[in-house]
Amino acid sequence: MSNTAVANDHHDDAHHGPAKGLMRWVFTTNHKDIGTLYLVFALFMFIVGGAMAMIIRAELFQPGMQLVDPEFFNQMTTMHALVMIFGAVMPAFVGLANWMVPMMIGAPDMALPRMNNWSFWILPFAFTMLLSTLFMPSGGPAGGWTLYPPLSLQTGNSFAFVIFAIHMMGISSIMGAINIIATILNMRAPGMTLLRMPLFVWTWLITAFLLIAVMPVLAGAVTMLLTDRFFDTSFFNAAGGGDPVMFQHIFWFFGHPEVYIMILPAFGVISEIIPTFARKPLFGYSAMVYATASIAFLSFIVWAHHMFTVGMPLGGELFFMYATMIIAVPTGVKVFNWVSTMWRGSMTFETPMLFALAFVILFTIGGFSGLMLAIVPADFQYHDTYFVVAHFHYVLVTGAIFGIIAGAYYWLPKWTGNMYPERLGKIHFWWSTISVNVLFFPQHYLGLAGMPRRIPDYAVQFADYNMISSIGGFAFGLAQLLFVYIVWKTSRGGKKATAQVWEGAKGLEWTIASPAPYHTFEDPPVIDDSKLAHGDITH
Amino acid sequence: MAHAAPDHSHYYVPHHARWPIVGSFGITALVVGAANMMNGSDFGVYLMYAGIAILVIMLFGWFGQVIRESVQGYYNSQVDTSFRMGMVWFIFSEVMFFAAFFGALFYARALAVPWLGGEGTGAMTNALLWQGYDAVWPTNGPADLGGDFKTVPAFDVPLVNTLILLTSGLTVTMAHWALKKARRRALVLWLAATVALGFYFVYLQIGEYVHAYTELGLTLGSGIYGSTFFMLTGFHGMHVTLGAIMLTVIMLRSAKGHFSDENHFAFEAVAWYWHFVDVVWLGLFLLVYVL
Ligand SMILES: [Cu+2]
Repeated sequence: MSNTAVANDHHDDAHHGPAKGLMRWVFTTNHKDIGTLYLVFALFMFIVGGAMAMIIRAELFQPGMQLVDPEFFNQMTTMHALVMIFGAVMPAFVGLANWMVPMMIGAPDMALPRMNNWSFWILPFAFTMLLSTLFMPSGGPAGGWTLYPPLSLQTGNSFAFVIFAIHMMGISSIMGAINIIATILNMRAPGMTLLRMPLFVWTWLITAFLLIAVMPVLAGAVTMLLTDRFFDTSFFNAAGGGDPVMFQHIFWFFGHPEVYIMILPAFGVISEIIPTFARKPLFGYSAMVYATASIAFLSFIVWAHHMFTVGMPLGGELFFMYATMIIAVPTGVKVFNWVSTMWRGSMTFETPMLFALAFVILFTIGGFSGLMLAIVPADFQYHDTYFVVAHFHYVLVTGAIFGIIAGAYYWLPKWTGNMYPERLGKIHFWWSTISVNVLFFPQHYLGLAGMPRRIPDYAVQFADYNMISSIGGFAFGLAQLLFVYIVWKTSRGGKKATAQVWEGAKGLEWTIASPAPYHTFEDPPVIDDSKLAHGDITH
Repeated sequence: MAHAAPDHSHYYVPHHARWPIVGSFGITALVVGAANMMNGSDFGVYLMYAGIAILVIMLFGWFGQVIRESVQGYYNSQVDTSFRMGMVWFIFSEVMFFAAFFGALFYARALAVPWLGGEGTGAMTNALLWQGYDAVWPTNGPADLGGDFKTVPAFDVPLVNTLILLTSGLTVTMAHWALKKARRRALVLWLAATVALGFYFVYLQIGEYVHAYTELGLTLGSGIYGSTFFMLTGFHGMHVTLGAIMLTVIMLRSAKGHFSDENHFAFEAVAWYWHFVDVVWLGLFLLVYVL
């Protein structure tokens, strides 16, 4: 249809704004609405999961049993993990993808808008069900989020609800991932070739592939748990020829790629932010793409590093040790490229950049402790201690969550049309960054000294560091309430943002007005190399 | 739909999707019902059926709307590509779901059972816990869970079922060929043959299950063999049933005159799904029955 006036007539309701009231959000197919839903849901779950962490740290403030009974403590550690992983981090990244991917590639919306709605609207139901188990007479799941049998099979009436909640989260994630892949592969504006895509789009493309590959495996694993519990099967029962360790293999075949599902999009966010505030193109763009792909590939062949102590043939231990350590190479490429991007850049340090810099340093600490854990004989010592807790919280809190927060500050002006209050943002940054280290760094020492994780009490020699860690925890928790306030305040008003928002920002998303109109790129944009931040651009 | 005429220059973005939230209520009712049923409450099963009913209504409503839009010509070739990608990646997720169970079968046969029998690092496990256990596949484990059982011989009904599914793969390809040549009658007939073969497979499979439970002593409780056998063939059977239902819908739509030689995504999606189910069966036949 060449005549756009005619096309507009036909699309009388395509150009309208959002509907009014609650039903706008329930029926919406708009990628920006759905992105907002995901992000608000994730923020809410972040607070819920954070409240559970506060209970854990309060109980661990001093040795001895003070506040909660051990059964409830175990429910808190289990639920904290499930809520943070499946309710906060993953939906937050899907929310960022929903908002940004179509705008970054010049698409009018996600490829499958109705399914996009369903991907989101399964989540509130799944989490209502999951959280409701805490109020069941038998209590919620308490065997750890990894659900290892035979312990997890002893969960009370809540067991089936937990399993089905995980199934629903899986369905949601798979549909979300399919949508993202179809959008990236099929909806790019003419001229937006694969190697011109922003790195956030690239990392999400690879993440989506990981999701589709491993979420069904998790579904299979928990289905076997369900049938072992209720239908007489013996997958994980040695008396019937099964093996409880088999669950760990299947689970971690999902679980290790899962950790990259939670960090690759953060790599993408950081790779957007650093070039903007260093006012230089990303160093080694294609190396970044290949490094991401290598990490994703390797993530499938390292799972048993989570189970060095269960008893594996020596060849297996060595294979998984070396394969794990190889991941340090592409990860090192990434860190090197971020640093090189900043080299001789004209840097400024707005809040997104501060979080990105903290990410680079603190995530690298988490990477190094991961390297330590990858060494089999060392892991025999560290396994199931607070060293592991410290490691994965550096990766997930100062990694994944700092990535999300950095992205939120970076794109809030685009979403709301308002600048966030920079001073408050900086306070949030320093407060978070200092307290998170007070919270997690001492846990390295606790772990090396032998304090086991997932236990509500501990020997008195661990008292000092636990108290320091708890104080850091409370401070970090409080800091995030400030973040909620900043987001709320920015959404209500503030200094108006320009279209480009940041002086050094490049890319299609910065060519449209702030706040981004309800519909963008209904006609594909003309790709202009000077407006692109990434890719095979000839300068 | 208020749209006067479809617009092919733009990617069609629907508004106000009303079915997804219905689906969310349906899936929640389904699983809350099932969980209550497993916990032994009486109303659980009814809630579960209600959930299934809501999901079926949702599917009819949702797909019906998509079909109406498709027939009215709202979808350009780019939308078609999105649908195709969606289906391909959905099938890939299904492949990975089956991979988990095939992986369990492999792990149990190649590692766990031999270890219980004392191989490798399992020497002490065997000596201390399961002395005298003779670890040969098929096994229901050292505790002889579920009692004596016999396995279903491969070159009996399973072989027949293999031939049925392979033939159905052929007939669905013939249907596709007929569709491309715009031979409507042949299309419907070939599809009918595929549907018949599909349901006949399910019928024979149910017969096998009855035979296994009543005469062979092989049940879901027959240790790791029973577990892997019934979970793999069971999930496959569910997929065949679903595929056959989808083929039936496609057949009815073909009879109503839907699909053209150029525009028939739904047909191809179901055909892909059918081939996927076929390939999984070949894996099953080889790894579960023959070996
Ligand atoms: Cu891992």
